[in-house]
Amino acid sequence: MFWQQMVNSISLGALYSLLAIGYTMVYGIIKLINFAHGEIFMCGAFFTWWIMTGFSIPFPVAALMGIMLSTLLGIGVERIAYRPLRNAPRFAVIISVLGMSIFLQNMARIVWGAEFQTFDVDFGLAPILIGNVVIPFKKIFILATSLILMAALGLYVKKTYIGKAMRATAADPEAAEMMGININAVIVLTFAIGSALGAVAGILFAINYNSIDPFMGFNAGLKAFTAAVLGGIGNIYGAMIGGILLGIFEGIGAGYVSSLYRDAFAFGVLILVLIFRPEGLLGELGKSTRRDKTR
Amino acid sequence: MNLENPQDEIKLDDLGGGSQAGLKEQKHNPLIRMAGLFALSRWYVKLLIVLGCLVIPLVVPSNYAMRVIIYIGLYIVLALGLNVVMGFTGLLNIGHAAFYAVGAYTTAILMVKYGMSFWLTIPVGMIFGILFGILLGFPTLRVRDDYLAIVTLGFGQIVYIVANNWMGLTRGPRGIPGIPAPRIGFSDWQFVIDSYPAYYYLILLFVFITIYACVRIIDSRVGLAWMAIREDEDVAAVMGINLVYYKTLAFGFSAALGALAGSFFAVFQSFVSPNSFTILESVIIITIPILGGLGSIPGTIIGAVVMIGGPEIFRSASEYRMVLMGAFMVIMMIVRPQGLFGKKLYQQTYKM
Repeated sequence: MFWQQMVNSISLGALYSLLAIGYTMVYGIIKLINFAHGEIFMCGAFFTWWIMTGFSIPFPVAALMGIMLSTLLGIGVERIAYRPLRNAPRFAVIISVLGMSIFLQNMARIVWGAEFQTFDVDFGLAPILIGNVVIPFKKIFILATSLILMAALGLYVKKTYIGKAMRATAADPEAAEMMGININAVIVLTFAIGSALGAVAGILFAINYNSIDPFMGFNAGLKAFTAAVLGGIGNIYGAMIGGILLGIFEGIGAGYVSSLYRDAFAFGVLILVLIFRPEGLLGELGKSTRRDKTR
Repeated sequence: MNLENPQDEIKLDDLGGGSQAGLKEQKHNPLIRMAGLFALSRWYVKLLIVLGCLVIPLVVPSNYAMRVIIYIGLYIVLALGLNVVMGFTGLLNIGHAAFYAVGAYTTAILMVKYGMSFWLTIPVGMIFGILFGILLGFPTLRVRDDYLAIVTLGFGQIVYIVANNWMGLTRGPRGIPGIPAPRIGFSDWQFVIDSYPAYYYLILLFVFITIYACVRIIDSRVGLAWMAIREDEDVAAVMGINLVYYKTLAFGFSAALGALAGSFFAVFQSFVSPNSFTILESVIIITIPILGGLGSIPGTIIGAVVMIGGPEIFRSASEYRMVLMGAFMVIMMIVRPQGLFGKKLYQQTYKM
């Protein structure tokens, strides 16, 4: 029972990690929370479902198209809700992005309907049995996809020239600009990568639960944000660890306390972390909690 | 400002609670002098507004319109409460519906289960609201800006989840029906508030109490401290303002007003369920001071009239209400972040 619970928790945690990376990358660069990220996650799943069922296109192609559309959507969010407010007080930006999130959520509700839609992907592979723990193939698929993407992202940020530009921008945008880095391009790229990963997380989430609805982005987004904060916001590895930890916490809380309060449990963790260790597990003190007056 | 002859002072928006800078030039402008005759600070203007509010039930034709007007009053109380935290203290709160829920559930449970009088449940609800406000105010001492937004969002969601799942107390999604109408009077003479005009006068009383409380507190030392915190927290702390005390006070005050609105909502609807206190409810409440102008009391009132009355006029577009609200928030922040009647914040005026 315990191990069964663990398998579910870890694969869900990997999903949170993937989504958390989007939050943490954007936060690292522009020091603002992308409230609309949960909606990108939802749109990723919905675009894929829509292409899959509406045009009867096979899942892998539909997923790729869904990811591409969501990436464009993420870039659009940056263009509309962030860029005109680059120098505005943070207060204004938060409200603007919150508005964007509400807009996308309700647009999805109008376009695709408010009810749950079935998202069915059959891999046609039997579940794996280890001892008496049943591991469905989709769980392995989710975990493997998440881990591969996270590793790839880690390498990309660490090894490539563009990754270096991203790290430089995160460290000090003004100095980076003086070194000849195109800040706007880096920000757009960050939103694009974050949105693509968020869309993948949305699709994997839909595979996991077999159902999607326009409001799924809200709770998942809040939890992924919790994961990002838990690991130390701005830190990509922190987001990975935070996501998996949150998945395990939630699994234990739901399994041994009460599954009705599963969501309340995650938010409780968030509030406690913010009060007692706002820099998170891997964050540096003063870096993530600093109030940036220039924004 | 001419101190020797205080009668000449022209106050364009006394209720705004801001500084009166720049009045010297305005004094010589005849147009502004004319406008000053109709300023909110004039006693006859106030009297006219009060009289106008009192006759509304006599001239409004339908129960439906009356209902909308009562809702506008309810949201004025909610939005003014939120305005204290968002507009005056500059702390984001995306969980105001939580206080609203606390007030509504307190009244509902005390009246239905324990047969308490409505008037007694109001102070109890407000005390619970204040306790929740302090509970939420506590993290704000450690976190700022977007973190705070997330904490309040999470808090609102926790209250909703608890209301939805604690079957023993709230009956969960089934809600609490049959909340009795409030009564005034003693054993042999009883007046039951159960008609739309009666509810209207009740909410009107609450609105006036709220406006009075807000104006008084904003013009006091406390209000000045809040505005100092809004303009620059660090500078305020250096000037000797106790951030812990004043921030908690702002949340407590705001929560008490939220709970007051909740108590009214419970008896007006005679039914409460968690669905009335979702995150969307918080968002609707937030958009009101944003439209009217953060930190402006008349602005917030006009904002409530537009935001709550507006969608009722275009009922056919009700499906698009939330979409429009979201788009509106984005556009408003880009075009006019201080709202229709708000003043520019120090931070917006001077880029640091």
